[in-house]
Amino acid sequence: MNSEEQSPPNPEDEGSHAKLVPLRVRANGDRVPLRLRINGDLVDASVPGNQTLLEFLRYDVGLTGTKQGCDKGDCGVCTVLLDGTPVLSCLTPAADLDGASVETIESLARGSTLHPLQDAFIERGAAQCGFCTPGMLMSAKALLDRSERPTRDDICAALAGNLCRCTGYTKILEAVEDARDVLIAERKR
Amino acid sequence: MKATNPPERTDELHIIGRRVRKTGAADQVTGRAQYTDDLRFPGMLHAKIVRSPHPHARIKAIRAERALALEGVHAVVTGKDMPVLYGIIPWTQDEYPLALEKALYIGDGVAAVAATSEHIAAKAAKLIEIDWEVLPYALEPEDALKPEAILLHSNKANNITKHVHLEFGDVDAALAESDVVAGGEYSFHGTTHGALEPHCAIGLWEPAGVLTVISSTQVPHYLHRELSRVLAVPYDRVRVIQPPVGGAFGGKSEPFDLEFCVAKLSMMTGRPVKILYTREEVFYAHRGRHPMRFNYRVGAMRDGRLTGCDARVLVDGGAYASFGLVTTYYAGQLVTAPLRLSAYRFDSTRVYTNKPACGPKRGHGSVQPRFAFEVTLDKIARELDIDPIELRRRNLLVAGDRTINGLLLRSNGFGVCLDRVEAASGWKDKYKRLPYGHGIGVAGSFYISGTNYAIYPNEMPQSAVQLKVDRSGRVAVFCGLSEIGQGANSMLASITAEELGLEMEAIRVVSGDTDLTPIDLGAYSSRITMMAGNACLMAAREIAKTIKTAIARRWECALDAVVLARGFASERGAKEPRSVPMAEAICWAETDSGTLGSVGHYNTPKDGHGTYRGATIGASPTYSFTAHVAEVRVDSKTGVTTVDRIWIAHDCGKALNPTLVEGQMEGSAYMGFAEAIFEEHDFYGSGLHKGPSLLDYRMPTFLDCPDLVSLVVEAGDPEGPYGAKEVGEGPLHPSIPAIANAIYDAVGVRVDSLPFSPSAVLRLLQQKAQQKAQREAEPLAVASGGRPC
Repeated sequence: MNSEEQSPPNPEDEGSHAKLVPLRVRANGDRVPLRLRINGDLVDASVPGNQTLLEFLRYDVGLTGTKQGCDKGDCGVCTVLLDGTPVLSCLTPAADLDGASVETIESLARGSTLHPLQDAFIERGAAQCGFCTPGMLMSAKALLDRSERPTRDDICAALAGNLCRCTGYTKILEAVEDARDVLIAERKR
Repeated sequence: MKATNPPERTDELHIIGRRVRKTGAADQVTGRAQYTDDLRFPGMLHAKIVRSPHPHARIKAIRAERALALEGVHAVVTGKDMPVLYGIIPWTQDEYPLALEKALYIGDGVAAVAATSEHIAAKAAKLIEIDWEVLPYALEPEDALKPEAILLHSNKANNITKHVHLEFGDVDAALAESDVVAGGEYSFHGTTHGALEPHCAIGLWEPAGVLTVISSTQVPHYLHRELSRVLAVPYDRVRVIQPPVGGAFGGKSEPFDLEFCVAKLSMMTGRPVKILYTREEVFYAHRGRHPMRFNYRVGAMRDGRLTGCDARVLVDGGAYASFGLVTTYYAGQLVTAPLRLSAYRFDSTRVYTNKPACGPKRGHGSVQPRFAFEVTLDKIARELDIDPIELRRRNLLVAGDRTINGLLLRSNGFGVCLDRVEAASGWKDKYKRLPYGHGIGVAGSFYISGTNYAIYPNEMPQSAVQLKVDRSGRVAVFCGLSEIGQGANSMLASITAEELGLEMEAIRVVSGDTDLTPIDLGAYSSRITMMAGNACLMAAREIAKTIKTAIARRWECALDAVVLARGFASERGAKEPRSVPMAEAICWAETDSGTLGSVGHYNTPKDGHGTYRGATIGASPTYSFTAHVAEVRVDSKTGVTTVDRIWIAHDCGKALNPTLVEGQMEGSAYMGFAEAIFEEHDFYGSGLHKGPSLLDYRMPTFLDCPDLVSLVVEAGDPEGPYGAKEVGEGPLHPSIPAIANAIYDAVGVRVDSLPFSPSAVLRLLQQKAQQKAQREAEPLAVASGGRPC
């Protein structure tokens, strides 16, 4: 992906997430064994120390629903959920994810039924080229999982790390609001 | 919207004009849509392109031995392996797939290396040694035009790509007779497309002699032609496949180095080869908005009637021609509507500079002059003390009119667009009435719906559609068009479903594959709805007639008594109307006529333009119209401009799907706003890009974007399918001047240069304060000097 070799993570930078294993300095070529859950499935793998979660998902696991837009953490296209929290998979070393649980766009639908977010994105025309859509949906899911009644401002703040170049954001906002309302109605039932 | 009974009314449109769900959207929201980089093939190699570190340098030698010796490296290709010039415009081909003798900008491709992994290819790219002879360079058009400047292309004197001078009527006389002449110097900076999918291509050479290139292109047909010609593979043995594209906006509308490199490397190694640009490389590939500098003078009479317009345009082309010949014309040809001019002259010069080549970005060539023209109109309105919306109303061209440069306007909803933004924005209560720091501005524009003439001269159809109908009740639509997120596939499905009385789910669209689909020229110049839409309409109506004939024969009724809608064929006008499910009706037709299929095509009218040299450039089957009102707040202490809301009224003729139309309007207005306030594609004096990343190139986020209010206007067009015209590019144009005019209304300074950054606005505010202080100190100067407008 990026032609530059990535430098090892700095042990001083404590990841905000509790389940992350302590960061270690390792040689980039060393392979690290890990066992993690991806979309609920237990996966055993071994990855080089310099491999990102994005590369691991796309190249090793074959889940190409997660896209790469910049490979340096600027665009949000590669957003996945790590133990429920949205992260940029292009900046997340795969080798640190032993014991973690990763959710990608491929797991958003409820079995064969679309998630209300997916349904609303289709209905509102919130996906034009669709390239930002998987990351956008995962950020939105994390918001709707943690917040019952997010306001328009809450939604804008939660999705500010996800660029869209097609829509001017209007239809995405409408879609997330629609999905929020559907989920509120579901909870009442 | 699944119908289980025949519709009660059979005379209305059931799909067209309704908010049906976009074809393919379910794949997009589930991660199932496969973009080019999502595709992998057994044994696939990955390649990297080595790029010039110099803005202008001669290649003395390239040594690849060390790279080739690296474990995992399979092949290296250089300019000498593909020494054939290419370019999107046949008359201005000036690029090699990889630089042959000279590199012309920092980032110009020089060599490519294929290896078993991307990491090894990247490592090998650093081992390719190039001996350079560094040459002088010019980054600004003014410098490139100097007599002593070194030539980028030896056959182009003074580094001029193209010069156009056209005059209609007596401009000097018109300006001399005018009560007021306004204008000034304007500058439009460069901006780039910023599609979120980086360019990607895969080359697949089959030993049988067939070359397949899978690419994130928006012009598979032109890529097909150029691959065949440059690589000397017979035209009938090249296949281009265009998977879903993750945004393009004009940035993928011509062949690029990566497509030639993956093809050549696959031909050399016999293995599939992929190149995925890094985000940095996307900025070097560019082909974005041309920087332009303008000198504009527009005259008007006291009653607001416009007289003449005199425009000089200097166009910064970057290192290669790209679409530049067309850009040079568009920069003048496309400001002659929606308002009437009695005389018009433009002088447009495109100059090569040692920067990434500029090309077409959404609103190709006409977004920049539209800024200059609409701000000048605002100055006239202020000078004459006429409301700027009223000023525009007093100069309206109407449907059936020709512009002064000969363009025929077959339909025209601009007056309605003005009415809609005026009413929706509360204009009359706000213009000149908002408190200091808070302002409102208006601007208008028009744009082409495709071009009357193809990029290479030919009289064949510009678009074609094939339909396959069978006893399952499913219809397959084949068309070479490019789905790039605009909903082109959905447009084909909607038209087919409407005409054959089927549900959207019964339609399968196959597009963007030169082996499988009849030719369409591509997703550029806002041409697809007009052209592929009409081709589809023709094919669908033909097969509908075959089906109706089979029904009419069984019912023993007249052909036109049979109506197809919502999954049923029904009888109109009968006392006891009969109906039959479409799937069954299709079986009747297949029984009567054998295998069912039809074709349709569209070619453009050739009467909508003048006869002078260059008259055909800007000629379109028809034109869309747009008006925007923008409301802004300017912080006079920081210079920060916040755009609160943009009201967008766009005449698209007929909204085939209002949801998709609004999406294009909002996306366009957003992109114009982004260029006005945020984005800058700029370079250091060394020729190095100032920030080739999505952090440094500041694309607006959710938190930055204004409210966007879409107001769809439908002035049905006689040429368009169901009256439809373009919507993908037109609604970008007025964003920028509407914001500039609103800034003037807010704080009284004219932002004649883009972007309207805090530092630029603050500087203008400070200048204004200084001038005011001087005037107060020297009261006599006021009497002799004019008031700035």
